[in-house]
Amino acid sequence: MEFYRSHVLVCTGTGCTSSNSRSVISGLRKELADKGLEKEIQVIETGCFGFCNLGPIMVVYPEGVFYCRVSQDDIQEIVEEHFTKGRVVQRLLYHEPNTTVKTQEFNDIEFFKHQKRIALSNCGIINPEKIEEYIARDGYFALAKVLHEMKPEDVIEEIKKSGLRGRGGGGFPTGMKWNFAHKAQGDQKYVVCNADEGDPGAFMDRSVLEGDPHSVLEAMAIAGYAIGANQGYIYVRAEYPIAVERLRLAIEQAHKMGLLGKNIFGMGFDFDVDIRLGAGAFVCGEETALLTSIEGKRGEPRPRPPFPANSGLWGKPTIINNVETYANVTRIIRNGWEWFASMGTEKSKGTKVFALAGKIKNTGLIEVPMGTTLRTIVYDIGGGILNDKKFKAAQTGGPSGGCIPAELLDTPIDYDNLIAIGAMMGSGGLIVMDEDTCMVDIARFFLEFTQDESCGKCPPCRIGTKRMLEILTRICEGKGVPEDLENLETLAKTIKSAALCGLGQTAPNPVLSTLRYFRHEYEAHIYDKKCPAGVCKSLLSYKINEDKCRGCSLCARNCPAKAISGKVKEPFVIDPEKCIKCGACMEKCKFGAIERK
Amino acid sequence: MSCQCKCGSGREEDKFAFIDRIIEQYKNQKGSMIPILHQVQQVLGYLPEEVQAYIAEKMGVPLSEVYGIVSFYALFSTQPKGKHRVSVCLGTACYVRGSGKILEELQKELGIKVGETTKDGLFTLEACRCLGACGLAPVLTVDEHVHGRLTTKDVAEIINKYKDVQ
Repeated sequence: MEFYRSHVLVCTGTGCTSSNSRSVISGLRKELADKGLEKEIQVIETGCFGFCNLGPIMVVYPEGVFYCRVSQDDIQEIVEEHFTKGRVVQRLLYHEPNTTVKTQEFNDIEFFKHQKRIALSNCGIINPEKIEEYIARDGYFALAKVLHEMKPEDVIEEIKKSGLRGRGGGGFPTGMKWNFAHKAQGDQKYVVCNADEGDPGAFMDRSVLEGDPHSVLEAMAIAGYAIGANQGYIYVRAEYPIAVERLRLAIEQAHKMGLLGKNIFGMGFDFDVDIRLGAGAFVCGEETALLTSIEGKRGEPRPRPPFPANSGLWGKPTIINNVETYANVTRIIRNGWEWFASMGTEKSKGTKVFALAGKIKNTGLIEVPMGTTLRTIVYDIGGGILNDKKFKAAQTGGPSGGCIPAELLDTPIDYDNLIAIGAMMGSGGLIVMDEDTCMVDIARFFLEFTQDESCGKCPPCRIGTKRMLEILTRICEGKGVPEDLENLETLAKTIKSAALCGLGQTAPNPVLSTLRYFRHEYEAHIYDKKCPAGVCKSLLSYKINEDKCRGCSLCARNCPAKAISGKVKEPFVIDPEKCIKCGACMEKCKFGAIERK
Repeated sequence: MSCQCKCGSGREEDKFAFIDRIIEQYKNQKGSMIPILHQVQQVLGYLPEEVQAYIAEKMGVPLSEVYGIVSFYALFSTQPKGKHRVSVCLGTACYVRGSGKILEELQKELGIKVGETTKDGLFTLEACRCLGACGLAPVLTVDEHVHGRLTTKDVAEIINKYKDVQ
């Protein structure tokens, strides 16, 4: 074994790869070789650290120095200063928002300080393309323990006691699900991993698959042992090429080591995993639709019961769990249920990964104990709202979820609290909206999404969401009528109770929650024909403030509709008849003379 | 439209021989229709009716079943695509950070609407739902490459870069 005096971890998740981390790595390797340091300093490609906004991210151990937005141009300086002279490159350190503080060490950064990483514990720490690194972090120990020391019933009991609930959205107790499938009669059973992460704004499953693929494979094998299955399927989005590639590699490596395949650990247990690619249908995230898709058909959901635990893939008993759920399983087996159950709230144990995005300073992936308040997430971890604007709402649960207003920022977040306030955990997308976001437009945006993704099998979803979208579009265009609000509510209730699957049953949630907390915005659109956030184009008007206009003619020259006229050095005027409300003039004006109302 | 196939020869019979090979590879697997369609599309670029009919016959299922699958999933296309696929993310995180405006700008820049291909066959414009690069919102992809932290001003530059490569 070779020893290095320093280890340099560079993220190669989707976020940092998009920020060119690959070229940083190759540049760094070349520079180290040129300086003859390649035997002293090791460069390691890791998965996601979570702080995607600052990519490419580089962490240097043993010091734990955290460099961000590293580019190829910085490499020479890092090698010269840090690796040769031992001096930290100050200008690449992380700068805390709202302060002048530069933080050197990884663990001191506010973004990481409040987190508790369990599902993500290996992400950003190990090289996901090397099974040895996973094993060095106690990987496959849980599977060995289960096969050597535990009966299937014991495994199920352990998961049950831990209080683990499904992280994909529904929040169904995982142990109970396993128990149903364990008891179900069948010569063949299946274990399925739902990695069809379709909620826009959620990317934790992708990060786990990219950063720690073996944790999912190991947990699937454990699940297989517990329910009596020897075949697993991972259904993953085709839009995640890096995740798919790492999974393929992980399966191959596990096979070579005898950790998947026949007679695992010599204990007579066989288990294999195959990958199935999605093909761009959101509804396939719904479990019964996902199973139909694996069977090679149109991914349409089917009524439950029978539940998949009794009649799933090809009519056989099947369990389906989400990626993050599996990522927790190995840690529960290793550390015991008491450890897991000691975290979180009464009915929601452990941690939850959130994808923090939208109008927030620190975007990225975070993992916090259940029960953490939204305020901690938005202000302490997230660093507050972008450009110091006012917080308006946080949207959780994607197209199935709801918007949480500022008055509820102190609600401890867990499955049940979120449902009570009209939102939903969903898969953990958390999108922050500021005063410039129009809540009616957001509701319309989500309905457009669900309308587009509705598979069309059941009329409440197919027709109902269409009608709701028409009403919302009308309101945004300034053609809303007072009855619209009541009609929206009636339609929403009908769809919720009558739709076939989760997609339809939850589709009205974004509308209901915005009507509950932001009704005044709907009313402003309908009665005053105004969009308070200044988003809905049809309701806007642009005007030039005569006192501020210097008559430079820049706006007129940039107006694509030739709607602005005037004499140079005198105030210009916008013709509302011709104006197409594109906002080009406002962007160009150097004097802030153009007002939008 | 000429054959978009990447098998190199451009000959029709090679295209079908290639499909035969893919089907052969999956013959013992259950539920293999979607993986087969994925692979065929990857090489041909799209799935025209004749190809669907050929696959249906080989697999012993009605054409309607194959067409039902192709039309159900957004990633399958029955139309040829441009040389570069420009796809703007309209996921929530990108949307609240202004990806709608990026899309508008692209439509202006390319002179086409979403789903269309430029006359020179160079670009197809698409909108997609969340690439999971929300930390870099708003983002777009050109082929496999992700461009993040965009403003409307970046659009022309990105497009020009791919025009030059041609």
